Amino acid sequence: MKPEVRREKIAFGVLLAATLLVVIPVAAIIVLIVTKGWSALSWEFLFSMPREGMRAGGIFPAIVGTVYLVFISLAFALPIGVMAAIYLSEYAKDNALTRIINLAIINLAGVSSVVFGLFGLSLFVVFLKFGVSIIAGALTLGIMTLPVIITTTREALRAVPASYREVSFSLGASRWQTVRHAVLPQALSGILTGAILSVGRVAGETAPILFTVAAFYLPNLPRGLSDQAMALPYHLYVITTQIPGIPESYRYGTALVLIGFVLIMNIIATVIRSKTARKR
Amino acid sequence: MKLPSHRFREFVIEKLIFLSGIASVLFVALIFIFLLREGVSVLKSTSIGSFLGGHFWYPISSPAKLGILPLILGSLLVTAGAIMIAVPLGIAAAFYIAEVAPKRLRTILKSCVEVLSAIPSVVLGFLGITILVPFLKNVLNLPTGLTAFSGSIMLAFMALPTIITISEDAINAVPREYKDGALALGATHWQTLFRVVIHGALPGIIAAAMLGIGRVFGETMAVMMVTGNAAVIPHSLFEPVRTLTATIAAEMGEAAKGSPHYFALFAVGIVLFVISFAINLTADLLLNRGKKR
Repeated sequence: MKPEVRREKIAFGVLLAATLLVVIPVAAIIVLIVTKGWSALSWEFLFSMPREGMRAGGIFPAIVGTVYLVFISLAFALPIGVMAAIYLSEYAKDNALTRIINLAIINLAGVSSVVFGLFGLSLFVVFLKFGVSIIAGALTLGIMTLPVIITTTREALRAVPASYREVSFSLGASRWQTVRHAVLPQALSGILTGAILSVGRVAGETAPILFTVAAFYLPNLPRGLSDQAMALPYHLYVITTQIPGIPESYRYGTALVLIGFVLIMNIIATVIRSKTARKR
Repeated sequence: MKLPSHRFREFVIEKLIFLSGIASVLFVALIFIFLLREGVSVLKSTSIGSFLGGHFWYPISSPAKLGILPLILGSLLVTAGAIMIAVPLGIAAAFYIAEVAPKRLRTILKSCVEVLSAIPSVVLGFLGITILVPFLKNVLNLPTGLTAFSGSIMLAFMALPTIITISEDAINAVPREYKDGALALGATHWQTLFRVVIHGALPGIIAAAMLGIGRVFGETMAVMMVTGNAAVIPHSLFEPVRTLTATIAAEMGEAAKGSPHYFALFAVGIVLFVISFAINLTADLLLNRGKKR
């Protein structure tokens, strides 16, 4: 074997080893949580209130709290995010303002999640007097997820061929008519993908809700948006670090429900994406 | 008279679109303003110098000692450890996925990376505390497994998806002619990658590493759960440390509103915000420079 060929074999072997070092733990994590969490899953675990200081009973209020947070934050962030992406892709000129907006989006995406928590505490909980509540947390999470929605929507809009717009303009349509009837329908699945991915992200976030929504132990369901609520990720944090003597299967069960929700969202997004990719 | 109402609606919609467009700028400004609003009051009880450079963080003793140097060093130590693991691994994996792996395997590997990026940090923290921490304690024979090193390993995994996907994009963006030219001159595939492609992809790879650092520096839950949270100046990777993020997350619940402690935690938030701003700005400049060439 020539030396450079052997060197190539060794080098590619090292690259493969590095890749396996990344991928194998991921598979191990999923397998571990599924196998250990599966035994905890039951009708009671999913749909009843926690009892005996969360050492027994179920995680129903945490599931409900997370569902509330996910949908309200999306209801806030999706319209703003999609319209922002429409602005950037269809209206904005290449000028200083656009530069600043792009920079802001990048920075919003990079801000630490616990800093979002501080911001939510200071703006929504204290300044706007929402108190520690679902609405304060959902708005915080909504702002945090904006960059995801904006960037995925913008990609989807940019993928629509320019000829669609040209035809629409040449028929006398205005810019908004063109966006509404020629561009948006083509980008719909891409926008949907972004929305679903952000749902997964919101469901798993803990730090932004620590001081804005999260209730340590609240064995009843929230009655309105100004109530505190339990949430799955915070619940997992609490039963892992704050309360001794919780059966391990409860922890794995909670982790499984959380990760199951997040992964199902990701799978749905992937399926939608690959279907549209095939159509093109 | 159908036209005017139609025109009017369009006018309103386009104004809304513009407002949404600038909403991100507004939110970044609001974050900064509201952090500043609370955080600046820390200067009533300490100076900037003794806040950033103070060796002791005893926020509830009286008078409170509010020096965040141990926390800054804790964050830096954990981040440095994570980056030393994640950057080489991530770049190697990016090259393997982008250039070496057969098409089928590539799809599988890419979805594994996507799954990793989707796992919530609290779940990783939970596994860290139940599996990694006892394991490291036994293997390395330490008094406790809750160390900076455990945090670095956790954070390395959280930074890997960022580093891999952005490096991979950079590798794929290297013009095809560069590669073809090298191969035509008789270089092996590896020589082409190592001598040619890597140069074209370098700005993107550096940006990937920087964004990975940004991700790691701001990470909160996993790092809080596995690093042991001792607010002392660390001397090695194998001691408990406390990071800036973990301090906010762990203490804000107990800090009385309006106390020096409360203001100091917001000031820590300002420090984090400014650092992430600087990191993201630099990474963005690198990425744009790479694109323009």
